[in-house]
Amino acid sequence: MRWWRITKRNADLERELQSDLALEEEEQRERGLSSEDARYAALRAFGNPTLIREQTHATWSWSWLESLASDLKYGYRGMCRNAGSTVFAILIVGLGIGGASTVFSVVNALLLRPLAFRDPGQLVWISNAENYSTQAEHYSDLRDQNQSFSDLAGWAQFYNSGDQELTGTGEPQRLTSVAVTGNLFALLGVEPAIGRLFTKEECQGKYSAPPAALLSDSFWRRRFASDPNVVGQKLTLNNQPVTVAGVLPPSFDFTSVFIPGTPIDIFVPWPLTDQTKPAGNTMAIVGRLKPGATVESAQAELTVLAKHLESEHPERNPVTPTLVPLEEHVSGQVRPALVVLMWAVGVVMLIVCANLSHLQMARMGTRQKEMAIRAALGAGRFRLLRQVLTESVILSCCGAALGLLLAVAGTRGLAHLHAFNLPLLESVRVDGSTLAFTLLAAVASGVLFGLAPALQVPAYKLREGLQDSGRESSGSGRHGWFRDGLVVSQFALACMLLLGAALLMQSFVRVLDVNLGFQPVHAAALRIDPGVRISSLAQQDSFIDDVLHRARSIPGVTAAGISDVLPLDGDRGWQVSAKGQVYDKNHHPEAFIRVVSDGYFEALGIALQSGRAFTESDRASSEPVVMVNETMARTLWPGQDAVGQMVTQDGGRRVVGVVADVHHGGPESLGGSEMYLPMRQTGDYAAMKLVVRTALPPDSLAAGIRTVLRPLDPNLPVTEFETLQGLVDKVVSPRRFLVILLSGFAGFALLLASLGIYALISYSVNQRTKEIGIRMALGASSSLVRRGVLTRTLLLALAGVALGTVGSFAFSKWIESLLFGTTPTNPAVFSGVSLLLCVVALVAAYVPARRASRIEPLQALRTE
Amino acid sequence: MAKQVQQRANLLQGTLDMLILRTLVYGPAHGHHIGKHIQRTTNDFLQMQHGSLYPALHRLEERGWVVSKWETAPDRNREFKYYRLTEKGRKQLVVEESEWKQMAEAVARVMWPATEEN
Repeated sequence: MRWWRITKRNADLERELQSDLALEEEEQRERGLSSEDARYAALRAFGNPTLIREQTHATWSWSWLESLASDLKYGYRGMCRNAGSTVFAILIVGLGIGGASTVFSVVNALLLRPLAFRDPGQLVWISNAENYSTQAEHYSDLRDQNQSFSDLAGWAQFYNSGDQELTGTGEPQRLTSVAVTGNLFALLGVEPAIGRLFTKEECQGKYSAPPAALLSDSFWRRRFASDPNVVGQKLTLNNQPVTVAGVLPPSFDFTSVFIPGTPIDIFVPWPLTDQTKPAGNTMAIVGRLKPGATVESAQAELTVLAKHLESEHPERNPVTPTLVPLEEHVSGQVRPALVVLMWAVGVVMLIVCANLSHLQMARMGTRQKEMAIRAALGAGRFRLLRQVLTESVILSCCGAALGLLLAVAGTRGLAHLHAFNLPLLESVRVDGSTLAFTLLAAVASGVLFGLAPALQVPAYKLREGLQDSGRESSGSGRHGWFRDGLVVSQFALACMLLLGAALLMQSFVRVLDVNLGFQPVHAAALRIDPGVRISSLAQQDSFIDDVLHRARSIPGVTAAGISDVLPLDGDRGWQVSAKGQVYDKNHHPEAFIRVVSDGYFEALGIALQSGRAFTESDRASSEPVVMVNETMARTLWPGQDAVGQMVTQDGGRRVVGVVADVHHGGPESLGGSEMYLPMRQTGDYAAMKLVVRTALPPDSLAAGIRTVLRPLDPNLPVTEFETLQGLVDKVVSPRRFLVILLSGFAGFALLLASLGIYALISYSVNQRTKEIGIRMALGASSSLVRRGVLTRTLLLALAGVALGTVGSFAFSKWIESLLFGTTPTNPAVFSGVSLLLCVVALVAAYVPARRASRIEPLQALRTE
Repeated sequence: MAKQVQQRANLLQGTLDMLILRTLVYGPAHGHHIGKHIQRTTNDFLQMQHGSLYPALHRLEERGWVVSKWETAPDRNREFKYYRLTEKGRKQLVVEESEWKQMAEAVARVMWPATEEN
């Protein structure tokens, strides 16, 4: 409805009332009353014109709009009148909603929003038993023989960061490539942004020399400055020509979905027919269900099919297909953490609401007179209630606007945290659903914190309201329990959040304290593969000798060694057996394989437990040897000394030393068996990583290494130095992420709770000025008064802590899966948090308590 | 006294619309006129509360049962807002009247059963 029409109708009503009133007056006059008496009589007969006007307005269909406009106007005026508390309210709502919206964006990206593939609900992750990969031969047979899937695609899970060396034009650079079956992109529904996908011929070449490659969008932007002409050109990868078939679209974020934290630069075809393709369990499989097929039915079919394949091909590895919807696989691991975060922001919002509720009640208290006058002028109970609610919703919406800004900044920050090992983090942003959520949160919290003060309105009796000086005379009696309840609930909620945060923080510290089996500090690694230029073991050995001698000659480097895999980074595993021992096929011991040179254990700081470490003289010409970790020694030779024993590897290798276990899967998981092969006795490894132990900063180390290794390999790209500490940080990053966010929320909650108790105690001291004055006049000492106030504070805080503790016990089961090295009912954490809360409460109440103790009895009695 | 007024107001709640429509059957009238008419006809038993009269008039107009127009009164030299019954309003009056009749009969049967039987 247009504004001018409302105005016109208003004028019309005004004219109608005036003319009828005039008529009434005339009639009264005709009865013989004097003109003044006639006027009053007419007004009496007519009733309250304002009320008539209001009630008539209410019958108009757009009256709600009109009253909303006036509510907004009043609300705005009210906000300006109390600028200080308005700013405070907007600030804390803003912080609360900012946090909530940011977390919602993360939850939305990781849990709610469908993956950026075609029909992502049809996609299924097919792992082998407990998340192992599958043999490519099994993949081919499963793909050909199943009925449930329209197609299966796979990619090589055992790629290495920096596998490909890009030479030719520009700086030489190491690229990370992943081999994929030709149908992967079609299956996911991904079209190249430029160029084409792989042709059939390109998928039948050599595994070691892919004929074509697809570039990821970020690599294309970085390396080729978004030049579309790069498509069709030939690049030199590992000294082989590779045609650029196309560029994938920016929306295709393979990394953040499948392997968070390891950016992929290029995709190469995986020729399944090539016999040089990697043997063993190396393939990760994704399937697209046919319409009508379910995960359960497909699981049943593949289980039967796999049994059949196992009996038909006893020479292959066992296969136990395990199906999970892809979306569940991607977000499953982060789900518990996100659920905790969601609860945390919910709790924070409740505390914000409790805090503002108290603030609004105090403001309403000072506006008692205004409300009483408006009620006297005919404003209905509902109308006043709505007015108060409108004011609080305006406040919360202003806060939401601020919160939205914070959320935009927060999500931008999060999306660029590449160091965090979380899936889909890069797609976190403020989108339509975040906006909707923010609006909902704003209105809901506005109504929630406005409700108590609004319901208080009708309690104002007309006479009381007009008589009183504006202070809520009987307030502490009537609403006292409610105010106390607000503060107690704030403390209870803050207590729960603090407990959760403290437990997770303690877990994080415990995780960092875990003895990883190696010393990440002061260790750094760099890929130095000479690539294809090495053709014999002798050539390889002299390269190793050269590199190690040169690296050790750099001042500041205390140890240097070479390995194919770094701890926390790879998990190539083989079956291992002690010589002369027969094992059950289904329970065959397995060990992770590391191919290392001499100096490796020293460089990484892995402790030698018995025997000796590899030396320069462990070569092809000497006795084949091997080193094992303690777990493997225990597993293969229980109760015996492993040193001197033989394993069946390569026709028999003698164990020369036992080293400490390394937590290769991260601090929270045990390592399992590990077997170390001397690099100079084998060519069976995919990468060469130089590991050095040094106190030098990474930059000068890189410069030093470049200088000494240049003569060996002028093309050696030495930019990608990684510190072992960086690897550890990456592994613990999801936990760090959770701890940082949760501590932030807990800190905010603590601040709010302390503000809440400060406000309550100040308020009650103000209310009781007279009473305290009388008591002091009667001889109460100021310390007694102060003690009284502080005791009350402490009781409130303790009630909150008790409630919060009970609440935490109820929720403890649920945080348990996120804890490490502590229990959800850790008494030290509980008592620490309780103590913290009580101290904070006392500190917050100290200022008003001191004010109470300095009340001058005479003045207090006079002012009232 | 206050109690009495309260009772009258309650009685009027549902029936005011009907009374207004019935009054307008005699021809167009302005608000004051309608109020006075009801008051006079009931021998001042129903004191017209303007507080409910004007909202009721505007409500009836919203529903399309009456239309309004500013016209000069025959006896006064001024314009008044005259309300006129529409066809829709006439039908509504019939409906409300029969409902009211049923209601009154039902109440009567409960209140004075003997009279009913005789």
